[in-house]
Parts: sequence; C-alpha cells; structure tokens
Amino acid sequence: MCLAIPVRIIKLDGTHAEVDANGVRRDADVRFVDDVKAGDYILLHAGFAIEKIDEQQARETLELLKNIYYDQ
Amino acid sequence: MKYIDEFRDKEIVKGLISAINASARAKINLMEVCGTHTMAIFRSGIKQILPSSIDLISGPGCPVCVTSQSDIDRMLSLARNKDIVITTFGDMLKVPGTKGSLEKENAGGADIRIVYSPLDALAIAGREPRKEVVFLAVGFETTAPVIASVVSDAAQKKIGNFSIYSCHKTIPPAMKALLEAQELQIDGFLCPGHVTSIIGSRAYDFIAADYGIPCVVSGFEPTDILETVLMLIRQKEKNRACVEVQYARAVRRQGNVKAQEMMDRVFEPADADWRGLGSIPQSGLRLRKEYGSFDAAVKFRIPSFKTTEPRGCICGDVLRGVKTPQQCRLFAKACTPENPFGPCMVSSEGTCAAWFKYNRD
Repeated sequence: MCLAIPVRIIKLDGTHAEVDANGVRRDADVRFVDDVKAGDYILLHAGFAIEKIDEQQARETLELLKNIYYDQ
Repeated sequence: MKYIDEFRDKEIVKGLISAINASARAKINLMEVCGTHTMAIFRSGIKQILPSSIDLISGPGCPVCVTSQSDIDRMLSLARNKDIVITTFGDMLKVPGTKGSLEKENAGGADIRIVYSPLDALAIAGREPRKEVVFLAVGFETTAPVIASVVSDAAQKKIGNFSIYSCHKTIPPAMKALLEAQELQIDGFLCPGHVTSIIGSRAYDFIAADYGIPCVVSGFEPTDILETVLMLIRQKEKNRACVEVQYARAVRRQGNVKAQEMMDRVFEPADADWRGLGSIPQSGLRLRKEYGSFDAAVKFRIPSFKTTEPRGCICGDVLRGVKTPQQCRLFAKACTPENPFGPCMVSSEGTCAAWFKYNRD
C-alpha cells in the first residue's frame, strides 16, 4: 500500500495538478512539494504527490549502474 | 526519462547480478521491511536469481496485514451501523475478522465503497450530508500525511459527517521491536523507499548506530533492489553499518518536511497493536485532541470485542519473518486468495499472497 508511481505534471493550478500517469490523466494534490512546474515528475500516492523526482539524482544513479561492470 | 523502464534495463540487471555473485560469499540475511518491495521482488523474479547465500526475508511492511484482529472487528462493527458509509482502500475488503469480513457485510447490505484516495471519501461526505462517512485509515508514513491533509480539509470546510478509524502505524519502532525480539538474524535492512520519502533516511540512524545493522533505502524497480542488495553486501563485507540511500531520486536525508508537519499537526504518536508483533510503544498515530471530532472510534463509541485469530493461521510468524508461508499447513490448501484465512493472503502486498502467486513449488 506504499505504492507510488512516477507521473508527469501536465497542468498546474495552485496545489492541484493534472498529471499523466502512463497515458492516463489523473488529478494530484501537490501541497507537499515545492517548486514544481509542468513537465516535472512527481511520485503519486493515493491522490497526493509525496515527493518530486530529482532528475539529476536519477541520471547519476543510472550512470553509476552502467559502469558497474568496470568496478569489479 | 520516465523513471520506470530505465530502471528495468536488462544490461544493468546483468551487471548487478554478476557484481552480486562476485561479492556474495558468506551467508547473509536481508530483510525487506516493505510489502511493496516484497511484491516487486517476487514479480521480477529477484528471489530466484540471487545466489543461495543471500536470503531475502519479508518483514512486517504490509499495513493491512499488521492491522490487529480487534481493529478489524471494530471496523466490521462500524460497517454494521446502518447510518454509516464505510470508505476504504480495496485491500481491506476480504480481510477476515472474528466473524465475517467487509465483503460479507457488503453482501449483507452494508454500504461499503472502495476509494482510490481519502479525498474521494471526503467528497462523498460533502455530497451526502445526511450520511456518516467513515474512512478506514490504514497505512504507514507514506499514507498518514495524505489522510492528515484530508482531516485538516474536513475541519476547514466544516464537514462534520466525515471521520476516520485510525490504524496508522510507523515503521522505525517496528524495526526496533523486531531487533529487540532477537528471533532471527538480520544482517541488513532494505528500508522502504516511499515511507522514507516522507520521514527521511535519518530515521534509521539509530538502527545502524545502536544495533550495528546496515540500512539501505531502496527504490522499487529491479535495478534499484539489486543495487540495494549489493550495497548491503558491501557494507557487511567491510564490517560497516551505516544508512545509505539507493533511492536518491526520491529520498532525502531530512525527508519531506511539509508532509511531516501535516502529519504532526493532525496526529500524535500512540502505542499500537500489531498483528504478530503485539503492542509496540509509540508505533501508532492517533488524532490529536483538536481533531477528536473526526475520530470514528470515539464518535460511534465502538466497544471492545473478544476477538479470536483464525485457527491454524501463522500470519503473525510470517510478519516477523520467522516462518515462511510454506511452513503454514493452511497455505494454498484451505487458505487461498479466494478464500483467505489470514490477511497476508488477502492483501496484494501480503507475503502469503506473493508466495501463492509467484513461488509455489
């Protein structure tokens, strides 16, 4: 029940956002996340954004993982 | 970047598995605390692909499963009240109480509605002012701020026919209780990603410092879980115990402060009863006095019941990680997802449901 899915913000109106959840439009309450704008990805849980996804961190994780062969 | 497929990349998975195979020498027991991890591990076949020296043990992180039998019975008594509309996440429906389940009450005429968000429950209360709408508030720290917001909205909008039955529980006290019980050897924790988005990775500092157990906060895709396993093995190898964050794209050390503030404004810590773990001090959340009028347990004066847990069911042992579902004589025989005896077979995140679906010999 702690499932949260990455969704993209399409439109923002105060603390209400319209999001794209893998092709499906949904509403999201974004009162817990600061500085979000259309195009940003958030983690959606029970109708609320619980966190903004940090793109820079995601890229760093993937970079590190791609190099994992060479670490050994 | 869509943050899903990138973290299911086959080549990365291969690289991680060979790195794990190269590092995994000594026997190591790792516990995934979170039910969403349990499901992800089974669905992606990670359990089968890991070397036999690594044992992944499922912990108490399925909120429906750890809800005590007496709380289930009290929810059922609410459902029998003709003036009440019960709103709930779908997972609760089939959980057996001492007598019946919400699904059976529904068939018997009780008004029970599944909602996707507690916001939907509040909307029903707004639309149907003559009915009393109760939301069954089950969940960990991921869900608690969401429900706190809805209670706060109800107070602000003066929606008096809305209330919640709070069974919220918090994860770090349960991890502590497991370690204190010393029933099993745990060499590392895969900490729950989304709970930690809220509470922050610093919440596990005491586990590393006081108990010497490595903790890594993990995401939910296959490369996330495998990288977490590798990080835990490497900590163990180096004889270190610290809190690391694998799920850096969604977890910060201090967590989501706004969500924490909302949770603290509406709820306060209280002792709570967990199925399998018993009463754990300060491991639950109850409504603060200011929000007392939204407490369904008080509002409807629910009595306490003499409860009995299903005979032969070992959900409690499974939730503590001391037994696997296959050690239960009911598993996949008398107890199935269609006809569950205990909650671990009901919830989509329950360990028994995961074993039934993905891991039956």
